[in-house]
Amino acid sequence: MTAAATKIIQPLPLNFTNTTARSPDKALFHPLKTTPSSSFPASTHKLRLTKPNSTLARRRSTAVFAVSDVVQEKKPKSNTFHPNLLITKEEGLELYEDMILGRSFEDMCAQMYYRGKMFGFVHLYNGQEAVSTGFIKLLKNEDCIVSTYRDHVHALSKGVPARAVMSELFGKTTGCCRGQGGSMHMFSKEHNVLGGFAFIGEGIPVATGAAFTSKYRREVLKEGDCDHVTLAFFGDGTCNNGQFFECLNMAALWKLPIVFVVENNLWAIGMSHLRATSDPEIWKKGPAFGMPGVHVDGMDVLKVREVAKEAISRARRGEGPTLVECETYRFRGHSLADPDELRDPSEKAHYAARDPITALKKYMVENNLASEAELKAIEKKIDEVVEEAVEFADSSPHPGRSQLLENVFADPRGFGIGPDGKYRCEDPKFTEGTAHV
Amino acid sequence: MERDARVCVIGEDVGHYGGSYKVTKDLANKYGDLRVLDTPIAENSFTGMAIGAAMTGLRPIIEGMNMGFLLLAFNQISNNCGMLHYTSGGQFTIPVVIRGPGGVGRQLGAEHSQRLESYFQSIPGIQMVACSTPYNAKGLMKAAIRSENPVILFEHVLLYNLKERIPDEEYVLNLEEAEMVRPGEHITILTYSRMRYHVMQAAKTLVNKGYDPEVIDIRSLKPFDLHTIGNSVKKTHRVLIVEECMRTGGIGASLTTAINENFHDYLDAPVVCLSSQDVPTPYAGTLEEWTVVQPTQIVTAVEQLCH
Repeated sequence: MTAAATKIIQPLPLNFTNTTARSPDKALFHPLKTTPSSSFPASTHKLRLTKPNSTLARRRSTAVFAVSDVVQEKKPKSNTFHPNLLITKEEGLELYEDMILGRSFEDMCAQMYYRGKMFGFVHLYNGQEAVSTGFIKLLKNEDCIVSTYRDHVHALSKGVPARAVMSELFGKTTGCCRGQGGSMHMFSKEHNVLGGFAFIGEGIPVATGAAFTSKYRREVLKEGDCDHVTLAFFGDGTCNNGQFFECLNMAALWKLPIVFVVENNLWAIGMSHLRATSDPEIWKKGPAFGMPGVHVDGMDVLKVREVAKEAISRARRGEGPTLVECETYRFRGHSLADPDELRDPSEKAHYAARDPITALKKYMVENNLASEAELKAIEKKIDEVVEEAVEFADSSPHPGRSQLLENVFADPRGFGIGPDGKYRCEDPKFTEGTAHV
Repeated sequence: MERDARVCVIGEDVGHYGGSYKVTKDLANKYGDLRVLDTPIAENSFTGMAIGAAMTGLRPIIEGMNMGFLLLAFNQISNNCGMLHYTSGGQFTIPVVIRGPGGVGRQLGAEHSQRLESYFQSIPGIQMVACSTPYNAKGLMKAAIRSENPVILFEHVLLYNLKERIPDEEYVLNLEEAEMVRPGEHITILTYSRMRYHVMQAAKTLVNKGYDPEVIDIRSLKPFDLHTIGNSVKKTHRVLIVEECMRTGGIGASLTTAINENFHDYLDAPVVCLSSQDVPTPYAGTLEEWTVVQPTQIVTAVEQLCH
């Protein structure tokens, strides 16, 4: 694991028509594109990795579109000199534990789904843990996160207890959303998880709104110390959606304290990112709106963390939004119902070899931050946590009939006035759930 | 806005321009550019942004420059505004008010003359009210802002010039209540928004002809005030609904069903519903006139119902 090398690219001045901010002699290297051909990129055959290992290895060393000045000074020289490492032992263990939690939890979800305990659409996060852990572990409790349907691990990283998430997935009343949300709608007011959205793109404006509140509180309500930051997580497919662009504009326009985190795992169900996007380099879209655009290796939690530190502190300082594109991969299909037939096995193998958990483990052991035994102990602890979560969910009750209408309105007078002149919600039958409106 | 610093306005041209119909005139001068936020033209996103702000503690009022533009925000209104309180298990409230001028104007063309109350009425989790006079506009607006539920407040493009003396003291109306406009004995006429004026015009003619219509402005399009409506039906036994909404799937359709289900025994005749035509509002003046219900049609309908 080399030192994270990520520079925040400043927005280009308005008269700058050239697209490159790097040295002009370096051709833009794109390992996933084959030779620039004139054939219509509709055939996935042509777009498969031809030489996965060498091309991507080259990408890691040359395609540094972003470099952090802070990090450049921190190149680890020798194993034993800790201050030169990117993390302390405590931080490393925290990161490791969080990623193991994410992985074990998702694996358990798969098991439970096939055993008929979990239903509907379940989208697992395996392989992308570095992004969630790398970003969310830097946040305070008051900071907000917004995610998509692939939200279990974001919720876990933010602090929602595993048992609450598991219960929610089982559809029980003890779930974080009382069983009413499900896999794609994880919310937690306590931990400031603002969802969980099924339609891609619709969470980004909500995140922008949370950032707006932060700015409003500081400037209108005069809460001078309010520096809450919001993170919006979404995928490569979302980056072709109008709401993404509309929010990039508004966030940059009003300098909102938000970080837009793109989890580019190259696939939107069965649609390859390259087949869907005219310019696949998403980070480039940031400067077009007046914010820095950063690309980072999303399989490396330390690199992600370094970029995240800079982006989050930028937002906290009131300097505005950042667009961070994390190159990552999902080891499983889009959802548990996805046969995952379109992805090339060599592509999968390539990324499997870059498993973020294995990489962090290697880093910590090689730099003497932790022993194998300590890491194994964490794995065992997490196993127990996840087992306990399943037991808790299993033994929790299903929602009763009376829960059906309870949360439709915050103010249940919204159900209106009945023929007898009383509000419907005052009707005893209403709480039994048998009133119809 | 003075009472609660968390109340803010978000929309196109609400700030410096004062609003397309001057509803927010001078507010930006008083409260600043952040509390009266001029947005770029991105309805879906700024509506979603207001929802996110509401979830995190603010109380935004979203203005659709014309209600029709809110069609672009349907994703956010249906999915997030209506649903988030429920899917979050009650954790987050969305105390937003979505308002704007709508309805059929004077030759504004089809897209600026939309009647959206029918499109939004099925969304679970939202309330809908329509104001029709300066008095109830103020009272309903206050109630909507103070409500913890998301409320869509339908204003009408042709009613902004109405003048009326209203009380100096503060008053807040009830979002779920209907308004008795003219008590009567022969027939119940249920209406809302601009059609109230067509009904009252028809009522003058009807009174001259010897009829005694009871006119109720339902105001609350969702939910219906079945108490006020029911008491009226029990008295007159005849119901005429006059609305500007389209015939198909409109407010009138839902209201007819509700009355039939709840007050069937009290009806002496089937409920009659006069709605506007199921056409995109034409530009030509004559065609536009035939699109919406006119007072003469109301008079004819009452005469038919009462015989």
